Amino acid sequence: MRVTSSPARQPANRTRRPAHGAATAALRAEWVKFRTVRGWLIGLVLAGLLCVGFTFVVANGHHQGICTGAGNCTAGHPFVPNGPGGEAVADSYQYYTQPLIGDGTLTARIGSLTGVIYTGPANQAPSTAHTRAGLAGWAKVGILLTPSTRQGSAYAAICATGSHGIQFQHNYTRDQPGRSGTQTSSSPRWLRLTRTAETITGYDSDNGTTWRQIGTTRLAGLPATVDIGLFATSPVTYQDGATGAATQATATFNDLTFTGRTASGWTARSIGMSPRDYYPTLGAGSTHRSGANVTITGSGDIAPAVATLAGGSTASESLLFGIVVALVVVIVIATGFITGEYRRGLIRTTLAATPQRGVVLAAKALVIAAVAFTVGVVATALAIPLGHHALTTNGNYIFPTSTTTQVRVTVGAGLVLALTAVGALALGAILRRAAGAVTAGIIVYVLPNLLGPGVLGPGAPAATWLYRASPAAAFSVFGALPRSALVSYPFTLANGYYPIGSWAGLAVLAAYTAAALALATYLLHRRDA
Amino acid sequence: MSTQTGPPRPHTVLRDELRPAWSAAVRAEWTKLRTLPSTTWLLAGTVAVTVGTTAIIAAATHTSTGPDAARQDPTKLALTGIDLGQAIIAVLAVLTVCEEYGAGMIRITLTAMPRRTVVLAAKAVNLTGLTLIAGLVAVAGCLMTGRLMLPGAGLGTADGYPLVSLAHTATLRAAAGSVLYLILIALLVLGIATAIRDTAVSVGVVLALLYLPPLLAQAVSDPLRRHLEQIAPMTAGLAVQVTTSSPAQVIAPWAGLGILAMWAAGSLTTAGVLLRIRDA
Repeated sequence: MRVTSSPARQPANRTRRPAHGAATAALRAEWVKFRTVRGWLIGLVLAGLLCVGFTFVVANGHHQGICTGAGNCTAGHPFVPNGPGGEAVADSYQYYTQPLIGDGTLTARIGSLTGVIYTGPANQAPSTAHTRAGLAGWAKVGILLTPSTRQGSAYAAICATGSHGIQFQHNYTRDQPGRSGTQTSSSPRWLRLTRTAETITGYDSDNGTTWRQIGTTRLAGLPATVDIGLFATSPVTYQDGATGAATQATATFNDLTFTGRTASGWTARSIGMSPRDYYPTLGAGSTHRSGANVTITGSGDIAPAVATLAGGSTASESLLFGIVVALVVVIVIATGFITGEYRRGLIRTTLAATPQRGVVLAAKALVIAAVAFTVGVVATALAIPLGHHALTTNGNYIFPTSTTTQVRVTVGAGLVLALTAVGALALGAILRRAAGAVTAGIIVYVLPNLLGPGVLGPGAPAATWLYRASPAAAFSVFGALPRSALVSYPFTLANGYYPIGSWAGLAVLAAYTAAALALATYLLHRRDA
Repeated sequence: MSTQTGPPRPHTVLRDELRPAWSAAVRAEWTKLRTLPSTTWLLAGTVAVTVGTTAIIAAATHTSTGPDAARQDPTKLALTGIDLGQAIIAVLAVLTVCEEYGAGMIRITLTAMPRRTVVLAAKAVNLTGLTLIAGLVAVAGCLMTGRLMLPGAGLGTADGYPLVSLAHTATLRAAAGSVLYLILIALLVLGIATAIRDTAVSVGVVLALLYLPPLLAQAVSDPLRRHLEQIAPMTAGLAVQVTTSSPAQVIAPWAGLGILAMWAAGSLTTAGVLLRIRDA
């Protein structure tokens, strides 16, 4: 331990040196203490290795397969298209379309919109044999323009929905609401979609003569010839419980009016409704036309992809257990960093060298936080690609994650470890005994993670509260599954969604650590060493 | 120590030499354990944490009584407190041996009692006795709490569930098994702590061994998950608490406790060997 000056050489009433000098010296002293204990350094490396190793074990235990019959499965996953922004999307619908060359407009009145919901067993492929009448909230029927019917391509659409009124939507994630309510015979709905160069504009009307603009967007790089037509789609609904049920929507359109140049006639197509597509659909799509009236039946969704429907995961999900193991090791080291001093009486020397006890605790906290952060970041940076590789090898679908998310998960792992380490250090300073401090540290910082999904069950309300209010809330920083307001999906803990935002969750953990640190500082000042 | 009287006969010399050593060791360990200020607190804490956890879980349980609601296991629910109470017993077991290493007392102990395995056995006997007492009280408290509180959680006779009662054979097995479970956990931990010798590391390793395999099992899929739950000390041992047949049960009650007994035996054997061959 190196200290710049001994307090004994100074007059008793002037033991306070300049604060920054004392702080630097204390920091250096604590760093030397930490790095000279070989067991702790070995422990830190072990924490990192365990984290990486268990991430691989967990990821390697996940298999995804496509089954074409009983027991006839091959490793792999259904096709999940990516949208123009690189995000995973659903793109399944029934389309009645014709080419549009240059500018043009398509107008139609919605005559009726009805639907059915699958009621058969959840473990069978949905069929129209078992259904009840009912319309999914995000069932969409209307006019859609796209440069290509390839799944995941750019588009703009004006549509009527089951319960969200008229919507102008484009490129899966964007939406502008129009008239609310559903159309009835007394309150009909007209829809219109117009292309002018690269700009697509959606209108609605309740009389077919006065039009109101709902939304407009520019689809960059739109070719001269695009597809424009009527579509119908209807997503999985969760009205009847946690297991989703596939649905189907049927719409009749009247007064179909097309202005613009076209190369060929109308064709009907089912997009993304083949068995290789991931999105569950109900029945086959169909199209019937008589004069200006068209009836379209479709199933699927045009929206961002969410969690279990794609059967996939994220590499950061496999990371969780490794992080918990690393937490246990870090808790043992961090508590020992101060209880060891109490056991050997070294704390008296430490406090004699730096009489500002708060500075001593702060220096220790800074040192342990820095090493724990480093271990967390390095381990995660190694574990995520390894987990990704193992998951991919086993045929699992992995949601595309943005660089921002990857950075958030990596830095988040470091912060979770650092905040837990400081909290454990504070518990060590409060309890002063290794056994009590390690037990308390594990009960406060690790056990909520076990209780949550394990004992209470992921569906239990108590588990949700644990992930909101206990230190386990910080694990929300590892949440990498996409959410969307355009999908009616139970974004619950059981489905892999944390009930609190990433940074808010870290703040909960930080609050526990801050409380422990405040109590530790108070007791350290108040008690004899 | 009345065996000392009478002329020693050749074939009993070995037994007579051993017996005083044995009872002296048990008494010495008892004195050490009894005078450790934390012992009383930890035993009381075990009971309080176990019964308290059961009470909290029972208060937080609201079972829906629909026809498709999953059948609950009131006895297992009442004994949930053991999940947490075992942590305190584990700490007691760690302190039984690691405090001696921390203070250097172990050298005196082993000088006074050179038969090292006898020291370990004496510690095991005392720990077993204390855990038995704490376990009996805790399990009785849990069952009482369950009997009083679970009818309020939708698990009463009105909902088609029997009251938690020891007259029920399966419940008696679960209760006795839970006490045995705590004893076996204490012995398992004693062995690990003797091998590790450091308090903080022992507590960390022991709690990780108890609590992390169930968490890992949640994270992986079958058959790895099944095997993990069959061999992990906590999930296997706690199978003894199950009183209703459930597809989630991976191992039979006594077989599960047997797995834990093997863990404890293996741990104590390893500790005995290490204690003999290592310098104190």
